[in-house]
Amino acid sequence: MSRQTLTCVLVAAITFGAPSTLSPAKGARIDVTADALLAAVYEEIVGGHLDAALQNIEGLIRVRPNFRLAHLIKGDLLLARARPINTIGAAPNVPEAHMDGLRAEAFARLRAYRERPPEDRVPRYLLQLREDQEYAVVVDTRRSRLYLYRNDGGMPRFVTDYYVSSGKNGPLKVREGDERTPIGVYHVTESLPPQKLSDFYGSGAFPINYPNEWDRIQGRNGHGIWLHGTPSNTYSRPPRSSNGCVVLANSDLDALARNLQVGVTPVIISEDIEWLSPEDWAIERTSFGKQLEQWRADWESLDTERYLAHYSKSFSAPKQDLDSWSRHKRLVNGGKSWIKVKLSNLGMFRDPGKDGLVLVTFDQEYRSNNLSNTVKKRQYWLQEGGRWRIVYEGAA
Amino acid sequence: MKYVAWPAARRVLLIFVLAFAALPLRADELQDIDALVKKGQHAKALERVNQYLAQKPRDPKGRFIKGLILAEQNKGAEAIEVFAALSRDYPELPEPYNNLAVLYAAQGQYEKARQQLEMSIRTHPSYATAYENLGDVYTKLASQAYDKALQFDSSNAAAKNKLSLIRDLMSSNPAPRAPEPARPPAAKAATAKVATAQSAEAKPAAAAAKPAAAKPAEKAPRPEEGDGAAVLQTVLAWASAWSNQKVESYLAFYAQDFKTPKGEAREQWEAARRQRISAPKKIDVAIESPKVVLKGANDAVINFRQVYRSDSLKVNSSKTLIMVRRDGRWVIQQERTGA
Repeated sequence: MSRQTLTCVLVAAITFGAPSTLSPAKGARIDVTADALLAAVYEEIVGGHLDAALQNIEGLIRVRPNFRLAHLIKGDLLLARARPINTIGAAPNVPEAHMDGLRAEAFARLRAYRERPPEDRVPRYLLQLREDQEYAVVVDTRRSRLYLYRNDGGMPRFVTDYYVSSGKNGPLKVREGDERTPIGVYHVTESLPPQKLSDFYGSGAFPINYPNEWDRIQGRNGHGIWLHGTPSNTYSRPPRSSNGCVVLANSDLDALARNLQVGVTPVIISEDIEWLSPEDWAIERTSFGKQLEQWRADWESLDTERYLAHYSKSFSAPKQDLDSWSRHKRLVNGGKSWIKVKLSNLGMFRDPGKDGLVLVTFDQEYRSNNLSNTVKKRQYWLQEGGRWRIVYEGAA
Repeated sequence: MKYVAWPAARRVLLIFVLAFAALPLRADELQDIDALVKKGQHAKALERVNQYLAQKPRDPKGRFIKGLILAEQNKGAEAIEVFAALSRDYPELPEPYNNLAVLYAAQGQYEKARQQLEMSIRTHPSYATAYENLGDVYTKLASQAYDKALQFDSSNAAAKNKLSLIRDLMSSNPAPRAPEPARPPAAKAATAKVATAQSAEAKPAAAAAKPAAAKPAEKAPRPEEGDGAAVLQTVLAWASAWSNQKVESYLAFYAQDFKTPKGEAREQWEAARRQRISAPKKIDVAIESPKVVLKGANDAVINFRQVYRSDSLKVNSSKTLIMVRRDGRWVIQQERTGA
């Protein structure tokens, strides 16, 4: 009877909530991660093989002795032999609050396993990876998951995913100390080795550029949002337990670190990743690419007003607003007989927030009759009344 | 947890009876020693049993009593030595394993305790005391795992355990073991199912060492087999709750729509049961010759001999329980006494 109950509990645990539009991934992924082992234990419990489940959970504990969730499930599997249990974390006389974090972690890990995105689906945010960006990181705070994508000629290809913890108070960071994780398009700015850090950060840390230009325009503040590891006394932390950072198990951080390029690798943090079919992704990419190309062509055309029509009324650049920007452009363009603008190493990233924002980064090769230069640029494009307009432009 | 005070399986008893017939004085001697133990005169009892064993060094009953006396004297390590040697010499006896488990558990060695209890159950598949003890050990192991999960300090938790030795021949209640010609083959099969299910599941590592016994349950578990075992385990737990006079646990084994024997109201029946179960100083209920028949995925009938003993009453009866599975749990829907 205990067996039945435990099975029901675990099945209920991962099937609750809205049905996922995602189906389990097809094709073989060879991994020996904690999640894979945990998933195997789960399958055994569902199949009624509680003995095998216990054996495997003990195996997992041998590999990850500080994996608290594994100890919890071991406790449940043992207790289920003594008496019926009706929940994950059936330890008697333990305050619920103590158990909530571990339960939430169990749900998050098992759901992520059940709802792995199909490998041919692409996060909507990765419209175009830059040539120099070998990998991209996309975080889903609701699923407590970090997905790693490889740049295959601009097309993102799924590599692997990891369990992560994020801010205690959820996503959408706005203020210093609000203990939330920011939502937006960021990149790794630094690599901090463990020697420079306290044990709390585990095997290393990768700060990201929160607040980015758009965050500052929106008045968001705070700092010190990092991807980092876990203290030595625990393998992992509950899903919502950080002060806003994205926290990985040390072994996962080490594996991820091999693919991170400081100053380059995009880290996109979303509440709930939107996935696109390759066809839809291609349509969005082409459509946005056309907007950008139009901006470039209009600049070259020397029709300054057509060029300026790409800029939003709320546009800002470092120390400039739309008026000063427009005056400057009119003045400069008046002295030109020709302009050639070439964009290369193009990256396009849709912001996961509600604003309808796209970050575009590129190397801009500007040539004209009296001036030539090459700069790295960042632009934020915002959809305004059905048209994309530039709300920020600056050098990277 | 309960210690076993005397080797209690019938076959063993039979051997003793023959031995006592040949050596009546020795039998008296053991009974005297047992009386001393019961009076708490452990030192004297130990002296006498050592004298007895000097003449009959391999005698299992004498060695068993010696182990018990040492346990009573809190000489855990010595008691373990005696029971371990007894298990080696008489691996078919379930009681020394049980008592070893109790002693290991007292030392906080719950993994070892678990192994011993699983051995005990393997030798004696319907051994209620070992099941009950195993339940306690699992609970303890679970508690240790939970402490690690929650990062609690478990150093205090090990201090207390409620294990107790099986103390008395009459209070341990094994089902009869083969050879038992009167026993219907189905009963044997039901018991054997528990054995394989329990031993194979509970101790996969040990099961690997004994593939013949363990494989069938692990490799191709037919649902009926698991269910049969679950029904029997439920009934053993029911008998155990009754024996321990845990009224609320006992009543929890009955379905919400339980058909009371005389058609009386549920409250009325419960009140009567509460009174009957809590009144005696001591109750012991044993299940013998259980036979499980699965009628459907959620319906089962189990027949057995119910050996009830209280301080004032001894009743040996045939019992039938009609069981249903509700929310994954087997509960009693009807209880009938008589063939």
